[in-house]
Amino acid sequence: MNSALQAVLTILIGLGGCISYFYLSNLLLDKVICRPTGPNAGRNINRANLIRPWLFLFPAIFALGVYLAYPVFETLRLSLTDRVPGGGYRWAGLSNYTQMFNEPKFWEAMRNNMLWLIVVPAASTAFGLLAAQLTDRIRWGGIAKSLIFMPMAISFVGAAVIWKLIYDARPIDQAQIGVLNAIYIALGGDSPQNWLTIPFWNNFFLMMVLVWIQTGFAMVILSAALRGIPEETVEAAIVDGANPFQIFFRIKVPQIRTTILVVWTTITIIVLKVFDIVYAMTNGQWETQVLANYMFDKLFRANDWGIGSASAMIIMLLVSPILVWNVRNARKEMR
Amino acid sequence: MDNIAGTKSSLTWAVHLSVALLVALWLFPTVGLFVSSFRTADQIATNGWWKALFPSEQNLTLRTDSPETQVQQGALYVIEGNLFAVDGRPVDEATVSAWGTSSRDIAAYEPGDVAEVDDGATLTVDDAGNYRMEGPAEFTGRRGERVFVVATTPPELTFENYRNLLFSGRNTDGMVNAFFSTMTVTIPATVIPILIAAFAAYALAWMDFKGRALLIALVVGLLVVPLQLALIPLLKLHLAIGIGKGYLGVWLAHTGFGLPMAIYLLRNYMAGLPRDIIENARVDGATEFQIFTKIILPLSFPALASFAIFQFLWTWNDLLVAKVFLIDATGQTTVMTAQIVDLLGTRGGNWEILATAAFVSIAVPLFVFFAMQKYLVRGLLAGSVK
Repeated sequence: MNSALQAVLTILIGLGGCISYFYLSNLLLDKVICRPTGPNAGRNINRANLIRPWLFLFPAIFALGVYLAYPVFETLRLSLTDRVPGGGYRWAGLSNYTQMFNEPKFWEAMRNNMLWLIVVPAASTAFGLLAAQLTDRIRWGGIAKSLIFMPMAISFVGAAVIWKLIYDARPIDQAQIGVLNAIYIALGGDSPQNWLTIPFWNNFFLMMVLVWIQTGFAMVILSAALRGIPEETVEAAIVDGANPFQIFFRIKVPQIRTTILVVWTTITIIVLKVFDIVYAMTNGQWETQVLANYMFDKLFRANDWGIGSASAMIIMLLVSPILVWNVRNARKEMR
Repeated sequence: MDNIAGTKSSLTWAVHLSVALLVALWLFPTVGLFVSSFRTADQIATNGWWKALFPSEQNLTLRTDSPETQVQQGALYVIEGNLFAVDGRPVDEATVSAWGTSSRDIAAYEPGDVAEVDDGATLTVDDAGNYRMEGPAEFTGRRGERVFVVATTPPELTFENYRNLLFSGRNTDGMVNAFFSTMTVTIPATVIPILIAAFAAYALAWMDFKGRALLIALVVGLLVVPLQLALIPLLKLHLAIGIGKGYLGVWLAHTGFGLPMAIYLLRNYMAGLPRDIIENARVDGATEFQIFTKIILPLSFPALASFAIFQFLWTWNDLLVAKVFLIDATGQTTVMTAQIVDLLGTRGGNWEILATAAFVSIAVPLFVFFAMQKYLVRGLLAGSVK
């Protein structure tokens, strides 16, 4: 219970600190530094308006700088150095990278990550689109949507447990308690399979977990986009005699193309960072390694900060096209 | 929408059917875990959870009462009782369909048949499990006779797993401790970023200053920076400035990682508030601080709620940040997600423990999800649709 007390105290100190920082710094600006009265009132008001945004922004900029911007550069630096026993660092050039590129486990992680990048966003978006289109047409669609959306609230670890039960295998002479094996045996399979240990295919059994979680996200966003389509276009197509499939693929999908792209890239980023599912279900064994888990392995099991940082930089490199694209879109919107 | 032109789609039933199928498919995994958490270890091992709601046929190995309980009736020694009885009282309404006295042929006899045991003793079992064993000589030995039974038992769900996991005195699996750790991590990590982000978002939405566009672009860029990059540098920093591993470190980390999303969501929302309100307030002489606290903050409640739910779900479900910044060698501060991963390693086959532990950790986010779904959806839409 000591920690609970500490938590309450932190909330109070954190919130109190924030509030008093904002309040007092504004007070200081208005009443002491730039008083909006006296001979220089006009100049002081202008000056206060110049300073105030930065007072509002300072805590956020500070936190963003320390917790996100600085680590990018520090990780880059660490990936180019080696830790010397007994403390201190030594410039290592690209040796961490070359060492990593020579590891088969790294290329296994790369290959699997590419598979994840293709399968998960595609499958989630496709299922999401299907669910969005279908649920929008029926009266109980709202309930259906929230049930398909529900896995979103479940942690990756929780999902890993849920799906491990599905993939569970028992010896042939016992009743199967994993659904997949029960179906497999019922359909005439000869012996229960350990699905998570079958190289290559086990990747897809892991991906299934993320698809299951992300479909709801895709569905919610695409369903809003589908509802935003002007009705006239659909009506015109019906008048012209289009069938429901033509309406969907020729009229609706082209109009929500940008939203599909946004959903796709969002899921892509989640995929690149996927860690918990692999860590909890196979821990990268049986050729299921992915980059994020490879990195965690290097950092905290092999204790090799150089290669760990190098693999983190690879993840950053893979994310950066999306980063640039997002920033450009945001700037276009601002104009 | 397809009914507009007066053509009622003939595919309606197909739509209903496919949605029902899709929902069933998506719900099935979670229901499996949920049902399993209410079954005993034996039940889980005996058959799939989907059979838990129906009577199941099981092969059981039971024993008659020990010879101590025999009574003498005339020339016969008799042991009577019910095979399913525990401590002398009948437990469930199982139905025997066949039984036997040898493990080689467990279904040798129908209920009501009389079987020769040995030394002239006979045994009979009826379909409710009542048996009568009688013999000319006194029964000896410490334990009763083994009886193999093929029985249909009614479905039975129990709270036993939850009681063991949460309330039993020897709480070996530490879920309660982990539950409070998770709470301790989550609440400050949700509350603190909101305030910081709200001020920044207001400045970015409604204040004019040089470099505003650049800052917004920076926030959008930081939205996608993988937090993997931040692990080592920040752990190094925390160790160097004396925060070390602990709650303070994990709160700060979650605050930092949550900020881009918070600022982005809140700025988009605030920028959409009507300009008139803010300019009128300025004309009336309100300071920026007053405008923010008296007008913007209350009006932004939906966006604040959206972000709060996101951050709550994310911090509650997080494993990586907690593993790196919080959990030290003593393991005192382990969170539920980490605890479950440990259980997966040490108790991989004990589904009754795993399922219950997982469900304890899932229950709170699920409740929040269903209670606040409206805000969650709104936040998602504001965060993604361009």
